[in-house]
Amino acid sequence: MTIEARNISFRYGDKPVLKEVSFALTSGRFHALLGPNGAGKSTLFGLLTRLLALQQGELLLASQSLKKQPSEAMRQIGVVFQQNALDLDLTVRQNLLYHAALHGLSRKEARTRGDRELARFELLERANDPVRKLNGGHRRRVEIARALLHEPSLLLLDEPTVGLDVASRRALNDHVRTLCDEAGLTVLWATHLIEEVRQEDRVLILHQGQLLADGSGQAICEAEGTRDLAETFHTLTGAGYP
Amino acid sequence: MKAAHYWHCFVGIQTREWLRFWQQRTRFASALVRPLLWLVVFAAGFRAVLGISIIPPYQTYITYETYIAPGLCGMIILFNSMQGALSMVYDRELGSMRVLLMSPLPRPFLLVTKLLAMGVVSVGQVYVFLLLALLVDVEPPLWGYLAVLPALILASLMLGALGLLIATWIKQLENFAGVMNFVIFPMFFMSSALYPLWRMNEASPWLYWICQFNPFTHAVEAIRFSLYLEWNPMAFGITAGVTVVLSLLATAGFRPQRTKILGTSKPA
Repeated sequence: MTIEARNISFRYGDKPVLKEVSFALTSGRFHALLGPNGAGKSTLFGLLTRLLALQQGELLLASQSLKKQPSEAMRQIGVVFQQNALDLDLTVRQNLLYHAALHGLSRKEARTRGDRELARFELLERANDPVRKLNGGHRRRVEIARALLHEPSLLLLDEPTVGLDVASRRALNDHVRTLCDEAGLTVLWATHLIEEVRQEDRVLILHQGQLLADGSGQAICEAEGTRDLAETFHTLTGAGYP
Repeated sequence: MKAAHYWHCFVGIQTREWLRFWQQRTRFASALVRPLLWLVVFAAGFRAVLGISIIPPYQTYITYETYIAPGLCGMIILFNSMQGALSMVYDRELGSMRVLLMSPLPRPFLLVTKLLAMGVVSVGQVYVFLLLALLVDVEPPLWGYLAVLPALILASLMLGALGLLIATWIKQLENFAGVMNFVIFPMFFMSSALYPLWRMNEASPWLYWICQFNPFTHAVEAIRFSLYLEWNPMAFGITAGVTVVLSLLATAGFRPQRTKILGTSKPA
C-alpha cells in the first residue's frame, strides 16, 4: 500500500509549518524522514493520522483521497507517536487489548495477535507487567507491537527513539527494518538523528517546512556532491553533525 | 465496519475505564470526601436555618440531608464529568486520546463511548455515596436505587459533553480551576441542588429564572424524582434533550488541533 502527498501546506495561525510538500512512498520500503527539530515532521504525521485537518493539498492512500475514506486509512496505518501513548498503570497486555478493541477486534482475536506480536518483540514474558515497570526501550517495543496489532500495511514512527540509549536505538531501528523486509511493511521513520538512516534508504529531508531532498541516500549525496548523508544533511539544513 | 466491531470497541473502552478506576481507586475514594462533607457538615449546619416544606416528590416533611442528597449525586457527576472531559483534551489522557482517535470507527461514536465510560464510573461513585448517605438517614425506596440509574447516566453524559465542548472551544478556561470558577460553581449554586427553587423565587425572581434555564437543575430534579420513584417528564425531557444537543455539538465540533492532543499548545 502506498501513500502520496500532493502539495501539502499547513500553518498554525500565521506561521507556515509545511510548504508545498509532495512525495510518494514506495510500498514495502523503509523511508527515513530526516529533519532537524521544528522541521514540520510531527505536523506531517498529524496530517497523515488525521489528528490535524488538511488545510491545503491532498493526501492519497492507494490512489484514493484519505479525506474520503478515513476509516480505511486508519485500518491501514499503524502509528508510534513521539510522546509515550501507553497507559502506564495498565499491563502490557491490557494496553494491547485496548488498542485491538478500538480496531473492532474480538477479545480472543486480540489476545492471539497480541501474544504473537509480543513474542516477535521478545516481550511475551512481560505481558502481565504494568508498563510503568518497563524500561524505555521495552516501552517503545510495546508501542510498535501495538501499532502492528491490526495488521496495517503502513507503519508511521515519529522519532521513536527519543530518550533511548544508543544500544536500544540501534536495536529498535534494526528491528523495524527486519519487519519491513519480512512483512513487506511500508515504513516512514521520522528522525533528526542521521545515524538512524542508511545510505541505501529512501530519504526525505524536511527543513523549515520544505522538502529539500527526496530519493535514495546515495542519489541525494551524488546530487549534492557530498561524501555521505551527514554532510548532505549539514549542507542542506545547516544542522550540525551529530 | 460491522456492528460487532462497534460492540468490541464499546466494550474495550468501558473495560479500560474500569481498569483505570481500579488502579486509581484511592483517588476515586478521596473524590467522595467533598460530597460527604456537604452531606454531613454543611447539611447539619443548614438544617436549622432552612426549613423544607412538603414538595414533590417527597410525601412528607424531610430532613435537609434528604433534600440535598440528589443534588450531591449531581455534584459528584458534575465534578467527575468536567474533570474527565478536560483530561481528555488537556493533560492526563492525551496519550490515550491519540490512541483512541487512531481507531477506524467514527469519531463521534468514539467520543460518546468514552464520555459514557467515564460517566459509568461516576455513577459507581454515586452509588457508593448513596450507601454512605444511609448513615445519615437518607433512605430512598429500594427500587429508587434502580430507577435512578437512567437519570444518572443521562446526567453524566450531558455534563461530559458540556465539558468536552468547553475544553475544545474555550481556550481561556485551560485548567480545572478556571472551569471550576466559571462553570462548575455557577452551575451548582444556580440550581435546585441545595435549595428548592421556590425559595430562590422568593429571594430573587431573576435568579430563579437563571436556575430554571440551568440544565443542571433539571438533571438534579430527574435524579431526585426517579430516586423517589416519581416520574418527572419535564426534568427528564429537558435533560435528555440537552444531552443529545450537547453530545452532537461536542462530537461533531471536536477538532484534535483545537486541543493539545498532538502534544503541542500551538493555536489552530
